[in-house]
Amino acid sequence: MVQASRSLHSSPQSLAPVPPLPEKGGKIRHGIFPEELFTLLYPKTGVTGPYMLGTGLALYLLSKEIYIINHETIAAASIGAVIIYGVKKYGSQVAAFIDKLNEEKVAKVQEVKELSMSSLAQAIENEKKEQWRVEGRHMLFDAKRNNVAMLLETNYRERLHMVTNEVKKRLDYQVQLQNLQRRMEQEHMVSWVEQNVIKSITLQQEKESIAKCIADLKLLAKATQARTTV
Amino acid sequence: MADRLVPLGEKRLMDVKLGELTSWLGTRDFTPNGLLNGIRRGHDRYYNKYINVKKGSIGGVAMLLVGYVAISYIWGYDHIKHDRWRKYH
Repeated sequence: MVQASRSLHSSPQSLAPVPPLPEKGGKIRHGIFPEELFTLLYPKTGVTGPYMLGTGLALYLLSKEIYIINHETIAAASIGAVIIYGVKKYGSQVAAFIDKLNEEKVAKVQEVKELSMSSLAQAIENEKKEQWRVEGRHMLFDAKRNNVAMLLETNYRERLHMVTNEVKKRLDYQVQLQNLQRRMEQEHMVSWVEQNVIKSITLQQEKESIAKCIADLKLLAKATQARTTV
Repeated sequence: MADRLVPLGEKRLMDVKLGELTSWLGTRDFTPNGLLNGIRRGHDRYYNKYINVKKGSIGGVAMLLVGYVAISYIWGYDHIKHDRWRKYH
């Protein structure tokens, strides 16, 4: 069952914020008669109207014995006297005490509300800050872009170096190979020529060359001797 | 006086003219649910006017107690009748 005060979305009024409680209740005169009775009778009978009505009614009830005076009347009169005395004497104190209790309750709830409101305001602040931060994201992306570019550059250079080294190694190898080839050919040719020459020198030619060498040497010796004496 | 004609069923008791009283009673909802609704509405009106306020007075409770005393006197009248002082009034 739905409470009458909480009908679901049927009235254009919204339930929040809840309107504050009224300060004072409906007016009551002498503790038991609502003020509306007096207001009702005022135009026709003035100020004393309701009192006359009360007196007349009381006399009627008593005289016709619709209200009967018995032992209960005395009990009711004494109880009524005590109650009225108590209320008149201590009414304000009790009211102040209860008001204080109420104040405490309200203060506690108010605290909770304040806390939640301040936390929400804080959340709003944080949101705004985050929004402000978002505006700086282009700087972040610039930095990231720089990083990536640097990485790419480094990689490219590394690879370039590697390629150069590899190519150089291969070319060096070929150069060494060619050098080796040429040297080997040279040595081989030289040794082959030497061998052939040695083979071609026959015995006879060896004797003739030795005799010629001796003759030449003798000539040279004579020439130097002659030079030294002159 | 009224700015538009209100159908009879929606008028409040104070606005119903004497001649229309019986027909107005016919439009009221006397099913158990309807009675409970009526009781709850009456309770809410009394409660919100005299008790559910920041500075309530003793009248809110006192009126209920006086009403209780009056009703218990009325219900016990047949029994209290025998305490009458005079036979003829």
